[in-house]
Amino acid sequence: MSWRRLNANQIILIVVWVVLLSAPAWIGGVGGYMALATRVVVLGLAAMSINFLLGFTGFMSFGHAAFFGLGAYGAGFTLKLLAANTLLSLLLGMLLGGVLGGLLGLLIVRRRGVYFAMVTIAFGQVFYFIAYRWNSLTGGDDGLRGFERAPLNVGPLTIDILNNAQAFYYFVLACFAVVTGIMGLLLRSPFGHTLLAIRENERRARFLGIPIERHVWASFTLSCFFMSFAGALYALLNNFADPSNLYYVMSGNIVIMAVLGGIRAFWGPLLGAAVFVVLQDYVSSVTTNWMSFVGMLFILVVLFFPRGLLGFVQNRGQRDTAPG
Amino acid sequence: MTLLQVENVTKNFGSLVAVDQVSLSVAEGELRAIIGPNGAGKTTFFNMISGFFAPTRGRIVFAEKDVTGLSAAERVALGMARTFQVTEIFPELSVHGNLQIAVEVAMGYRFRPWLSRAKRRAVSERVDELVGLVGLGSKIDRLVGELSHGDQRANEIGLALALKPRLLLLDEPTAGMGDQETHEATALIQRLHREEHYTIVLIEHDMKVVFGLAEHITVLDRGALLAEGTPAEIGANQKVQAAYLGQPA
Repeated sequence: MSWRRLNANQIILIVVWVVLLSAPAWIGGVGGYMALATRVVVLGLAAMSINFLLGFTGFMSFGHAAFFGLGAYGAGFTLKLLAANTLLSLLLGMLLGGVLGGLLGLLIVRRRGVYFAMVTIAFGQVFYFIAYRWNSLTGGDDGLRGFERAPLNVGPLTIDILNNAQAFYYFVLACFAVVTGIMGLLLRSPFGHTLLAIRENERRARFLGIPIERHVWASFTLSCFFMSFAGALYALLNNFADPSNLYYVMSGNIVIMAVLGGIRAFWGPLLGAAVFVVLQDYVSSVTTNWMSFVGMLFILVVLFFPRGLLGFVQNRGQRDTAPG
Repeated sequence: MTLLQVENVTKNFGSLVAVDQVSLSVAEGELRAIIGPNGAGKTTFFNMISGFFAPTRGRIVFAEKDVTGLSAAERVALGMARTFQVTEIFPELSVHGNLQIAVEVAMGYRFRPWLSRAKRRAVSERVDELVGLVGLGSKIDRLVGELSHGDQRANEIGLALALKPRLLLLDEPTAGMGDQETHEATALIQRLHREEHYTIVLIEHDMKVVFGLAEHITVLDRGALLAEGTPAEIGANQKVQAAYLGQPA
């Protein structure tokens, strides 16, 4: 294949994966460290999860941190109370957030616009206060401690992802590849196309015979599953889960990441998360007031690049085809 | 055979009677126009037929099935498709993207996470066919939001046609168009009727368009049925002239 024939999306896809796969080789050279790169990937996955609903279905949730946090606590409970099995903790964390998201979704799919956003905040705060108050189970304000990610057993091999930061990074990256691959395939499918139709014009979509509520519910639930999977990875990264994972401020931060990078671009939220996390890491070592810098950047992007950083780069005519 | 039978439908909005006991019968293969001055209840009448809202009283029978209580989506499934007075399209997708969604839904693939190569080919052949039918072949990769008003209308009609409807409902298909665009839209509707044999019910404001297109015309005034007949009969009808000129009959 000649380079000339690659379109903008394919080039972005290649750049994303080259950068992610080679990160361990250069991250130290630019003053970073492995856990920072892992954080970028995990929060990037969270931002892409919320964007499945926001950018590709057109529904703004300000309570998605609840599902992120439920995934984190679910993974933590599994490792602490059930079994020292990393894959099981990811699975159960994802199920906890995804299933609860699916149930709540039934109650909120008829809400629109700002009402949808407000109901998601309200439900999100319910889970936050449960995590905050139920001391005996969750550790309350101190967070859930006393668990750590277990080594991976692949056939005869045992991979120590606890002490080997690079091995853990690649493990997280493999999880990221699977989930974003599923997202990309879904968005390219007829089902994904109906979500775009709902985002673009709900009335038209309805008069094409698409049962809107059922499809919005499916999109919301899927995004909750993706989100809680990201949360479970986050708990493994920190060996810790705390109520701030579920707080509405966390939801807001994840939305900011998505908008910074560009909600119409498949990989936009990943770029947004990278900018957000790196800025937070570097600036917070200089001043505790790091959020005002993120805020300024956010305002500049919204004013001058309304399609986000990546949306600006991307070819206009191809912005809605999601590379798997 | 009668495809659409509307029996004495009435719609009240509070104390306002928007449509008052109007009946209508449309045969398979017919092109029917509904005309009337502003506020005659044409769009309200249309909204009841397409299932946008339910009538207060009366009955709507489509393809020998009582659809009065059915939702818009259920009527679509039975073969009713409509366009709107204000064009309803997917602006940030290409013409191809717009029609692809409609075709996939029409083929019953809307919940599929994956399509086989053969099915994808069938979808793309049908999209090409529709693009040709509505005359947007040279603009297939353009974003619909950037097209002219007339082309957006053509795209919207394409979306409705993707459903292979037995009945096509067009709400003011030439509203807001210039002479050239009106001419093209009229030619398209005529082609759909004469060559593709669609049954079409349209609301229209432009008398020239209506008298050139329709075989039968229904006239509404102040929510009630005023007259029904061929273009020649309607043209000669004193009550219709009075309603349009705003004079008492």
